[in-house]
Amino acid sequence: MLGHYLPVLIFLLIALVVGIVPLILGSKLGPNRPDSEKLSPYECGFEAFEDARVKFDVRYYLVAILFILFDLEIAFLFPWAVVFDSVGMTGFLAMMVFLAILVVGFIYEWKKGALEWE
Amino acid sequence: MMLTTTILFYVFSAILLVSALLVITARNPVYSALYLVLAFFNAAALFLLLGAEFLGLILILVYVGAVMVLFLFVVMMLDINLERLKEGFLRYLPLGLAIAIVGVLEMVAVFWTAPIGRVPAPGPIPANADNTRALGELLYTHYLYPFEIAAVILLVAIIAAIALTLRRRPDTKSQAVGKQVAVAVRERLRMVDLRGPKP
Amino acid sequence: MLFFAQIVAMFVTLLVLLGIAGFLVFAERRVLGLLQNRLGPNRLGPLGVGQALADALKLLCKEDFVPPFASGLLYRTAPILVAFSALAGFAVLPLAPGISWAGDWEIGLLLILALSSLHVYGVFLGGWSSNNKFALYGAIRAVAQLISYELPMGLALLALVLLAGSLALQGLGAAGQPVPLIVYQPLGFLIFFIAGIAETQRLPFDLAEAESELVAGYHTEYGGMRFGYFFLGEYLGLVLIAALISLLYLGAWSGPWLPGWLWMLLKTGFVIGIFFWLRASLPRPRYDQLLHWGWNALLPLAILNLLLTAIAAALWGTL
Repeated sequence: MLGHYLPVLIFLLIALVVGIVPLILGSKLGPNRPDSEKLSPYECGFEAFEDARVKFDVRYYLVAILFILFDLEIAFLFPWAVVFDSVGMTGFLAMMVFLAILVVGFIYEWKKGALEWE
Repeated sequence: MMLTTTILFYVFSAILLVSALLVITARNPVYSALYLVLAFFNAAALFLLLGAEFLGLILILVYVGAVMVLFLFVVMMLDINLERLKEGFLRYLPLGLAIAIVGVLEMVAVFWTAPIGRVPAPGPIPANADNTRALGELLYTHYLYPFEIAAVILLVAIIAAIALTLRRRPDTKSQAVGKQVAVAVRERLRMVDLRGPKP
Repeated sequence: MLFFAQIVAMFVTLLVLLGIAGFLVFAERRVLGLLQNRLGPNRLGPLGVGQALADALKLLCKEDFVPPFASGLLYRTAPILVAFSALAGFAVLPLAPGISWAGDWEIGLLLILALSSLHVYGVFLGGWSSNNKFALYGAIRAVAQLISYELPMGLALLALVLLAGSLALQGLGAAGQPVPLIVYQPLGFLIFFIAGIAETQRLPFDLAEAESELVAGYHTEYGGMRFGYFFLGEYLGLVLIAALISLLYLGAWSGPWLPGWLWMLLKTGFVIGIFFWLRASLPRPRYDQLLHWGWNALLPLAILNLLLTAIAAALWGTL
């Protein structure tokens, strides 16, 4: 079982090492001369007005929530697509009902204009 | 090979437990959320060790890729005032404790009645087993009814999410291109007779 | 001993990938120069190839700078996450039958999707930890864009999985023999292609770092090698998407005369060339248009594509 993953795991570890080494190299090779202008947040030449962490439009959360729901739908679809041949008509109809229910949700989202950005 | 699996199991479980502990002890909610992400990754690794590849990767896809992104959106952008949150801590303590005790009791009840250790361990997994296939073959035939119920739950969630968060903002100056194009001359241009009455 | 040789080979693979990314940065500048009727970098070495190396050296020798107002640990981790998620995808990508680090792992496609969700974290943490308004706006935009276009991408892939009956990249590549899957999935190809550009955040979909409005987006406060990592991540992502397109839709390693892996590389190069060309030709949309297209055009099209594929497969069988 493990034999399958071991190359992938090692590849990932090496990728991590390859990802970190140039950073360390960069910190050793580069100069380090901080000054007060360099150490202030970039803001088009102004002094910073307020805290950078500002509130955001609720639509961004809606995008994230809808993404979760459709992502779950895709998670259900993956095994179905793999076994499409062997589950026959039952599986096909089951998924059509599943998709039909979700398309209702999609139409609701569409009609409500939930993702119309104004 | 067996030994490697065991060592990896303990490594992943240890990281999982430590990061789960850090989720509830970290001071900054952003770090809490990120420790939870780490916990999910290790849980996925444990699934992989068990041979449940599909579940492991779906855990990452759904929880790390979607659910935790929403969590981060919320804790990063909602401008949560920690001081104010901590004020209510003592007030909610009894309720929190009560929920925790109920949870513990339920877990004890499950352990008490579950046939843990009494069912024989599953046999070795055949070499060419494909658990995505196995899962699919059961899910869309044997567990068809719960599967459709899941669809309905997702539908309810979509509608609820939209109903709760969607509000038109009257103060935004948006541009409706369709309306602009559909404008006729008569709506915009009023011809005024400037000659006035004849003397 | 074999084990050791494998590790060395992996190292070499990864270094070659980094080299390719660096070269592509240069190649794109030359191609853009060509398309915009100017020269581009042509001073160092033959045709200016030395520019790639010079850029890498320059980034290495820049000041390693962590702003005091940033959240230090996350600020340092974010670029590593971006580069790692792009590099790791190549673990499961096959060049030809049997040439892949993961062998014929059944679930390689899901691993690539899972890694792309890791990429989201790199972008998000980079923007947030910088504690800068431009960076935060860029990060929020980037995340909303990435997750919006992940859905049509996943659905387009599902139609392929359905036809091939496999989640393994090897199996999906083999399903494209001898007829490339683009023949069966023209709509799916288009959806995957567009979503792929959005996922790599290249022009015309680079609204997360639109210079004219957001300075540099989520990496505004980054410099030196850390900035280089975001750059590298973008180009490695480009290679990965191009390789996936040629593997899944363009018939992977099939082709006359030349060996399979060379065909795979040629096709990938061809797709990358198209990406360059698009960058030179298309203007940037507005951000609301971008999300609008993702959710209200690409997503329903992808669902429709899957439905049609399923019905066709039920009628005439899968591949």
